[in-house]
Amino acid sequence: MDIRERIKEGLGKKILEWKEHSARRIYFTVDSKDIVNTAEFLFKKLGLRFATASGMETLSGFEILYHFTLDKTGEYFTARIFIKGKENPEVDSLACLFPAAEWIEREMWELLGIRFLGHPNLKHLILTEEWPEGDYPLRHKNES
Amino acid sequence: MSHRVIVPIGPYHPLQDEPEFFQLYVEGERVVDIDIHIGYNHRGIEKLAELNHYDQVAYLVERICGICSSSHPYAYVLAVEDILGGEKNIVPERALYIRTIVDELQRIHSHLLWLGLAGHFIGYNTVWMWAWRYREPVLDCFEIMTGNRNNYAMFKVGGVRRDIKDEDIPVLKKTLDEVAPALEMFRGAVMDDPVIQARLKGIGILTKQQSIDWGVLGPTARASGLNIDVRKDEPYGACDRIKWNVIVENAGDVFAKTVLRVLEMQESVSMIRQCIDKIPKGPVDADVKDIPPGDGLGRVEAPRGECLHYILSDGTNRPVRHKIRAPSFMNVASNKVACVGGTISDAAITLAAVDPCYCCTERLAVINKSDNKKIMSGWDLIKLSQEKTNKIKEELKSA
Repeated sequence: MDIRERIKEGLGKKILEWKEHSARRIYFTVDSKDIVNTAEFLFKKLGLRFATASGMETLSGFEILYHFTLDKTGEYFTARIFIKGKENPEVDSLACLFPAAEWIEREMWELLGIRFLGHPNLKHLILTEEWPEGDYPLRHKNES
Repeated sequence: MSHRVIVPIGPYHPLQDEPEFFQLYVEGERVVDIDIHIGYNHRGIEKLAELNHYDQVAYLVERICGICSSSHPYAYVLAVEDILGGEKNIVPERALYIRTIVDELQRIHSHLLWLGLAGHFIGYNTVWMWAWRYREPVLDCFEIMTGNRNNYAMFKVGGVRRDIKDEDIPVLKKTLDEVAPALEMFRGAVMDDPVIQARLKGIGILTKQQSIDWGVLGPTARASGLNIDVRKDEPYGACDRIKWNVIVENAGDVFAKTVLRVLEMQESVSMIRQCIDKIPKGPVDADVKDIPPGDGLGRVEAPRGECLHYILSDGTNRPVRHKIRAPSFMNVASNKVACVGGTISDAAITLAAVDPCYCCTERLAVINKSDNKKIMSGWDLIKLSQEKTNKIKEELKSA
């Protein structure tokens, strides 16, 4: 079966929105509570490679794009989640599923302030250990 | 119970040129755990990209790294072209060939650089001298073609910034003719030399499953039996218009990574030769004016692996978000498994075997503008250093 069909069938109603930007770029939205199950399905069941995640601040909260790829066909599947509110953003960690997510989650935590629940080692990666708590450089309030 | 000792390597690495800090936990000679501290090369490029317009960002990302200085701008322009409808749909044919020539020439110089350093790391300085001796004509060739030995400034959204002149083609051919026999010599030197075999075989092994779990890329993944290469999986430039092979090794050790890189350079020479033969005449730039709103993902097989750029555009002349994931970001993290279990004398070459690039890994940093936090200027640091020197002088006097 086509990989797209398998993803649609495997995730079913978890997919809130499905968009094919081009032949090899597929974006879909899932609820932030479902991200661990989604990632487990894509990585372990379908054998997609985890490339990276892009976190960003939006007007109402945060958005994380988890980029997975099937190297055989060169298709990129990006799972998008939204986190509402800027006060205490948190989402379950993927680092327990595959260590490839460990560093990028540490980076998103220190730069955007998104807490990854269950991360084995959530400490500073590229900022110094002495970096002031609660100061997240990639948030827009740092712009003047 | 055995006694556990921490051996720090860095932040001023005795061998590698970039600052990084490894804490090796050793019991006797054996490495039992490792802590990797990075962040010393942190410059704020992702944030800066949001403050510059699309043309400027190509120059900015070129400066992420001096070694793979065509991979980052290439991945970036591919990301923007992805929003516009794909590289193959807008970029003129001649520009595709020029892009591949520059990209493959860069791979040769980068792998030669690594080969030399690897020789240096294992105390085999002859390899270092020879490898870098042949890297030189490649850099000279870059200078003739693009005007620069590094940071070629060739890539722009919609094409390339300058054409390769007809009179430069013989120079390029001559350089390849000079480098090709040297690569054959290196292949023999690496495969047949008992010293290199004894030193590199069976150390720093990364198994296939570990490679998948840690998401490693490029030569690091291909040396562990993973057949992944962006040039084949999602061909860009002229990669799908010429014949070439993906090199895959299965042992996963440092020796496999070395052999693989030498063989890859030979493939690159063949790729450039085919491009020279096939390159058509025509324009080199599509003259793109506006970038519509949308998401774009661009990726390129850099010498170290897949280099990924993500661009979110809102239709203005600046990206809203620019995420950069360099291959070393994944590869360096995998040292956690490759290094553990080996001896401390193997650690230096194992850590270097992924061809780490810390400039790439730490492309982002921050200027903090809130008033209550003090930021030290260069002058403040000099003052601090002078104060400390004076303090030490005083102490010495009183002692």
